[in-house]
Amino acid sequence: MTMQRRNFLKAAGIVSAASVTASLTGCASAPVPRKQAAGHVVVVGGGYGGATVAKYLRKWSEGGVRVTLVERNPTFISCPISNLILSGDKTLDDITVSYDGLKNRWGVKVIQDEAVAVDPVKRTLRLAQGGSLSYDRLVLSPGVDFLWSLVPALDAKESQEKILHAWKAGPQTVALRKQLESMKDGGVFAITIPKAPYRCPPGPYERASVVASYFKAHKPKSKVLILDANEDVISKKGLFTKAWSELYPNIVEYRPNHELIDVDVTNTTALFEFDKVRADVLNVVPPQRAGAIASAAGLKLVNNRWVDVDWLSLESTNTPGIHVLGDAIFPAPTMPKSGHMANQHAKLAAAAILNLLAGEAPNPNPVVMNTCYSFLSSTEACHVASIHQYDAEKKTVLPVPGSGGVSAVRSVAEAQFALGWAKNIWADALA
Amino acid sequence: MPFARHLMSRLSLLAVLAAGLGSTAAFAADPNLARNLAATCANCHGTDGHAQPGAMDVLAGQDKGMLLQKLNGFRDGSRPATIMHQIAKGYTPEQLDLITTYLAAQKREGK
Ligand code: HEC
Repeated sequence: MTMQRRNFLKAAGIVSAASVTASLTGCASAPVPRKQAAGHVVVVGGGYGGATVAKYLRKWSEGGVRVTLVERNPTFISCPISNLILSGDKTLDDITVSYDGLKNRWGVKVIQDEAVAVDPVKRTLRLAQGGSLSYDRLVLSPGVDFLWSLVPALDAKESQEKILHAWKAGPQTVALRKQLESMKDGGVFAITIPKAPYRCPPGPYERASVVASYFKAHKPKSKVLILDANEDVISKKGLFTKAWSELYPNIVEYRPNHELIDVDVTNTTALFEFDKVRADVLNVVPPQRAGAIASAAGLKLVNNRWVDVDWLSLESTNTPGIHVLGDAIFPAPTMPKSGHMANQHAKLAAAAILNLLAGEAPNPNPVVMNTCYSFLSSTEACHVASIHQYDAEKKTVLPVPGSGGVSAVRSVAEAQFALGWAKNIWADALA
Repeated sequence: MPFARHLMSRLSLLAVLAAGLGSTAAFAADPNLARNLAATCANCHGTDGHAQPGAMDVLAGQDKGMLLQKLNGFRDGSRPATIMHQIAKGYTPEQLDLITTYLAAQKREGK
């Protein structure tokens, strides 16, 4: 855009609100005809964000907008609830959902492939298997990639099969369960946590809790060691520390300020600047950034990690036509990287995209809300919730004062609600 | 109309067109506001309030007055809750009015 044009738009923008209002009152009774959205939207990534945006684009356009979803895996596997596989309470089947609902009920074209490059000017997306797709609008919901360069010894497939992350649910989750099952009673399970922000802030603490719950019942002499790069428990602190001291006093030990610098794979040992910790089962939650396609597409990143977005549309701030959802974005204040949040991003983006495709502005007053349920044992859970409303001045969504919060106590009732949440959000995204 | 003002309003009209906006949408409430707001409840209560069988309450097709009464009970603490007291306080009364109108208008499904 030339300087002249930018100045022109800026000058014009200042007066537009007042004059449009004036012209409106002049013809107050004329109905505003709404154009029908049409076009082709390509969605990359079929997780909580991508699956939801695909469904809602089809649903809210009543089939008027074509949607193609590119996903590398044959099925959706949920990260939330996956910690219950580690405790032996759930199986991989329980957290797997097919893409048939999107295909058959909603008419989404699902392609099993991987996106490798974007041409934002020609509006085309190149796929690993050689194909290419053209789009009117592109949605990237690529989740996170792991920064193995920060844990160099794990930057190899063989070592990643020995020291597991299980931070993308699937075969890694099942493999970690097997390691826990074959660990002797009296062994040590250690989990390392990277500095925030990372996917699912309470997830590592939940994992430690439900593994402790399994040990308590089956290997009571064993230990769970939490090695946290952060200064303190960063989510639901009171509820987690209470559960650890009340339910697992001789099992769970928490150590803050432990930032992993590498691992010794042969000796399953976590290395820190002034310390090293040997474990029988070592689980590394690696440092993370937005999925690779985000930087491949040339999108503006914050801290070289997370995509900068416009909160009215979730469009990239430097690349028109590309919207980004879920864990990959630089979050609004206090907003966690969660599946629930990705679902809400998806609906904000779907509504905005349909407006834009119909030549209308996005909804100026979007609202998103989050809930993260966490299990503290096989039978009890707790939550943290927040509601974020758009602030036109700050151009972001902000938590509403006096709303949201954490559970008063952990409870059996909330374990039921957590499973109910999972069933409903899976259906909301995929059925 | 003085020349300057006339020019300004012409400019602003052009700006609106240049930005690809059809009309007043940037300044008035979105016509799909109720739909969008109600969709923030769907993660737990199901798409359009059609919850899956099990723990969560079906909101689709409940009477609007009843829904509002329950939500107000959550807001003022008179209705016991694990989480809804915290959620209901995140929305304005106008937003809850839009949401309940939308949910009440959904047909209760057999499934
Ligand atoms: C994180 C999950 C979650 C979300 C999101 C959620 N709810 Fe709820 N809702 C619940 C739970 C759990 C209950 C049961 C009461 C409790 O324990 O808080 C409930 C109960 C209700 C009830 C009472 C139902 C009845 O018939 O007794 C209403 C009404 C309701 N919710 C409305 C809403 C609305 C409106 C929204 C969106 C603005 C919403 N809920 C979002 C979890 C949720």
